[in-house]
Amino acid sequence: MNILCAGINHRTAHLEVRERFAVREDEMAGMLGRLCEIEGVSGVVMLSTCNRVELYASGLCTLRALDGFRSILAERTGLEAPLYHHDTPQAVRHLFRVASGLDSMVIGETEILGQVKKAYSIANEAGAATRSLHKLFQHAFRVAKTVRTETQITSGPTSIGSVAVELAGKIFGSLEGRRVMILGAGEISERTARSLQSRGVRSVIVSNRTYERAASLAAEIGGMALHFDHWENAVVDVDILISSTNAPSALLTPEKIAPLLKLRRGAPLFVIDLAVPRDADPAINELDGLFLYDIDSLEQIAAQSLDIRQQEVVRCESLIDHHVGGFLSWLKTAREPGMPT
Amino acid sequence: MERIALLASTLCYLFSFGHTLFVLGAGRFHPGRFNFIAMALGAAAQGWYLSLRGVAEHACPLGTVPETLIFLSWSIALIYLVIGPSYRISLMGAFTAPLVLLLQIVAVLLPEGARSGFFRPNPWVETHAALSLVAYGAFGLACVAGFMFLLQEGQLKSRRPAPIFHHLPPITVLAKAILRLLWLGFLLLSLSFAAGMHAHIMISKAKFFFSILIWVLYAMLLAGAKTGFFTGRRFAILASTTFLLALVLLPVIQHLSSGTE
Repeated sequence: MNILCAGINHRTAHLEVRERFAVREDEMAGMLGRLCEIEGVSGVVMLSTCNRVELYASGLCTLRALDGFRSILAERTGLEAPLYHHDTPQAVRHLFRVASGLDSMVIGETEILGQVKKAYSIANEAGAATRSLHKLFQHAFRVAKTVRTETQITSGPTSIGSVAVELAGKIFGSLEGRRVMILGAGEISERTARSLQSRGVRSVIVSNRTYERAASLAAEIGGMALHFDHWENAVVDVDILISSTNAPSALLTPEKIAPLLKLRRGAPLFVIDLAVPRDADPAINELDGLFLYDIDSLEQIAAQSLDIRQQEVVRCESLIDHHVGGFLSWLKTAREPGMPT
Repeated sequence: MERIALLASTLCYLFSFGHTLFVLGAGRFHPGRFNFIAMALGAAAQGWYLSLRGVAEHACPLGTVPETLIFLSWSIALIYLVIGPSYRISLMGAFTAPLVLLLQIVAVLLPEGARSGFFRPNPWVETHAALSLVAYGAFGLACVAGFMFLLQEGQLKSRRPAPIFHHLPPITVLAKAILRLLWLGFLLLSLSFAAGMHAHIMISKAKFFFSILIWVLYAMLLAGAKTGFFTGRRFAILASTTFLLALVLLPVIQHLSSGTE
């Protein structure tokens, strides 16, 4: 029994190519049916995400499976797909790497595991997965879990928004019910606020020198606009302050912030300064209960996380090698039902 | 048999601590079940030791400084085992193990010393002593949580957090844990004082003063937290230093009581 993996991903094809070959969830059952009809193919699982379209097939002749897959894609799109392909054992290694997030655009991202699980579940429901594919995917899920728990491949956030979310989480725990104030209605603060909202922040106050701009952004993100003259009073009640104004000098100074902190009865305040030049005097970070991060420090943390992940790749590969060996031992002795003896 | 129980508990705590160091050193921040099981076995062996001492002395085994330290170490481990999993504070076991191990080692190394005449069999006296030490166990765990708070807060302030930052609990969660542990300890300590008064124990002025001092310090700490007087950092520092002060005073109190009661 052989395993074939064939497909395109973010490294081999641009987005405009990938989107042509993508298979929607409602089309997947039909696609799996067609793929199963290819001669020599006993079972298939198809993975279609924004970064990859991949086929995993079990069968005796992988070359026929590959040709069949190529023809079906060409027929669907009218394009020749720039497919890469792997046979056993590389196909097995590839799936283990994909499920573990090692083949992702951002190394170690965990969303891919959910997508692989979904692809497997759809194939399972459509009756397209064979015994060897069941075993392969179950093994891949175990590998992904082992890689996640035994290495630091998922360590740390990798974008400014996710860094802000993680830092807020490390200060406040759950972000449910936390209040955010945006000073200066810039695009980056809007994105950061949205990241925080995706983790449970409900109340967002937007304050901008131009009130109309504040009101427009507030309406977009479901927040509340505040006249710029009143932002200082609101600091007492918010947990997170995102600042990105065009002010020529620091708005948030120790003299201004220290008395406000006293009114907060010891509650911590997380200040995210995304402005250049900076809105916050770095000295406010010395104030008890206040945590200041500027654009550089956020980017440094994201870069640091990526570095850590990159350093972990070797350990992950070694774990994966071990598991590939385990799966191949099983595959040698395995027989698909209905296979010729 | 007592020595075997003591040795077994020390080894368990040593394993727990060693395993934690190894796991953290290897860049894995999930000491996991091994740490918890080793702590549980250590606490069980300590319990065995204390029960053997209790049977031998026909009283609560708190007559010497080493016994007191072992009882305290046992209380901290026990409170961690009961409270740790329900609070789900990651790495708390990793930080508790060294404190428990340190107390145990000091107890093992200290000479036995004179036995206090305090513990003539009297259930109220024993309730007083045992509740006091369980209260100190809660204060000890609050000290551990305080240390974790300061470490995490330092990481946040540095703006260049080390890998452990991602695995330590949020400071707000730690602050809540400190507060709850202090309340638990304070209530137990107050109950122990009530039991002591009921027993009409005659104690030295120095011991009375030290005991009241610790009680007042914790009362002030809780009042400050209630009114929002402290920032999280100050609260954590005070929770940790008050326990360390109590830890230093505990053998002194024990020594004074052995001479006068």
